[in-house]
Amino acid sequence: MKKLGIMPRTYLAAVFVILYAPIFYLIYYSFNSGGGMSHFESFTLEHYQAVFQDTRLLIIVLNTVIIALLSALLSTTIGVIGALAIYFMKNKSARQTVLSLNNILIVSPDVIIGASFLILFTLIGVKLGFASVLISHIAFSIPIVVIMVLPKLLEMSTTLIDAALDLGASRKDVLTRVILPYIKPGIFAGFFLALTYSLDDFAVTFFVTGNGFSTLSVEIYSMARTGITLTINALSGLIFLITMVLVLGYYIIGNKAKSPQGVKK
Amino acid sequence: MRSKNPLRFIYATPYAAWLLLFVLAPIAVIVYYSFFDLSGHLTLANYRNFFTSIYFKLTLSSFWYAFLITFFALLISYPTAYFLTKTKHKQLWLLLIIIPSWINLLLKTYAFIGLMGIYGPINGFLEAVGIGNQQILFTDFSFVFVSVYIFIPFMILPIFNSLDKINPTLLDASKDLGANAWVTFKRVIWPMTTDGVKSGIQVVFIPALSLFMVTRLIAGNKVMTLGTAIEQQFLVTQNWGMGSTIAVFLIIFMFLIMILTSGKKGGIIK
Repeated sequence: MKKLGIMPRTYLAAVFVILYAPIFYLIYYSFNSGGGMSHFESFTLEHYQAVFQDTRLLIIVLNTVIIALLSALLSTTIGVIGALAIYFMKNKSARQTVLSLNNILIVSPDVIIGASFLILFTLIGVKLGFASVLISHIAFSIPIVVIMVLPKLLEMSTTLIDAALDLGASRKDVLTRVILPYIKPGIFAGFFLALTYSLDDFAVTFFVTGNGFSTLSVEIYSMARTGITLTINALSGLIFLITMVLVLGYYIIGNKAKSPQGVKK
Repeated sequence: MRSKNPLRFIYATPYAAWLLLFVLAPIAVIVYYSFFDLSGHLTLANYRNFFTSIYFKLTLSSFWYAFLITFFALLISYPTAYFLTKTKHKQLWLLLIIIPSWINLLLKTYAFIGLMGIYGPINGFLEAVGIGNQQILFTDFSFVFVSVYIFIPFMILPIFNSLDKINPTLLDASKDLGANAWVTFKRVIWPMTTDGVKSGIQVVFIPALSLFMVTRLIAGNKVMTLGTAIEQQFLVTQNWGMGSTIAVFLIIFMFLIMILTSGKKGGIIK
């Protein structure tokens, strides 16, 4: 393969700089002892201290993580069931219909999801707060899991199942010892994506959160609306660190999954 | 092998329930609510309102902004994706491009409040070059810029995937047959990546119509999108009927865009 010329390199470098600049800018000023994001006075860790001393903020962080983990877990379970159901559907057009329905929430704008869930919860009588946020996050993560798992199922050769059945495996065996191990990478990818969707969500949560319960995104929004607070910067520094660790872990797991032991590739 | 086991239908219940409750029901309640006014009377007034000049202008400007955002995102993303496929460790580079999209959206938007502020580094730069201090924040420029920034990774990903799938021998063949770089791009590369471009447009245009936190934080009240209007009707004015009506139209637009941008081959899964 040819090496990239100087122009493409500069172009790529520029894109990278622009993509990362705001993030590093935030982190840089999180160490600023001055009050704002325009003039760096001297190095300090006081804003990080402030984050760890703010019990309200810590509770919100905890809420966010709990919601993310729970919703990822539950949506992965339901999503895998959904993918299996779609996979085993015999009727082609029914299958296509279910798939299109499945994808509606993925392409729907967040405001629509938020607004319609708000109406729904009010109608059913679900109190706005932890429960409504959790249910919403499960609901919008399910289709993503389906999308991640289904290609793995389709890529699996049906002869595998036939072979297992011929060799005397029960339906349960086929599921737990043939299908699930095969689609495991898809399940993990789905779980991971559901996790990031939940952690990242602002708009839907903003609609269904009510008073008293808040997640990190909603909290940052209300903090940012009042202006610049370097506590947010410190928080973003921490979040960036955690994200990098997660990405690294994901990358390593992904590489491991690809190498020898896998059946295919 | 797919025996007629009735259990099959039982295990699918949670998923079916989800489809019913969280996909179909929400659309139904939105449509239902759009026929009620503030005091709960059945009416078509919301729809009449929507066709007045205020909402017509709003829709038009929302589309214009979404168009601008999509256009610039595509303009920047296509070359980026193209060059990325040419790099040595392309998957690693792609990952590096994607990472910023995993940082919380609100934090990135918040960063721009500082970056674009009167005393921020961008103004510092403008001052140094001699252009002088400008009001960047709370303008429509800042809104488009920040939105493009947010959407670039989402645009790059599908384009990268479609570029990556092109068999390199095709490019050699095109070259051997006497096509220059531009012709090869126009006749070989571009046609083979239109599906990627289309899904890129889809994942950018629809959210761009409905972003409301960026407009609130970056554009002040300068820019109203359909999303901002819905948020305002639901959470500020508490006029769920009008909010639902705008949402109905946003859903219609969404379906239209999906039809326009879905490839002939159909099916989102490939």
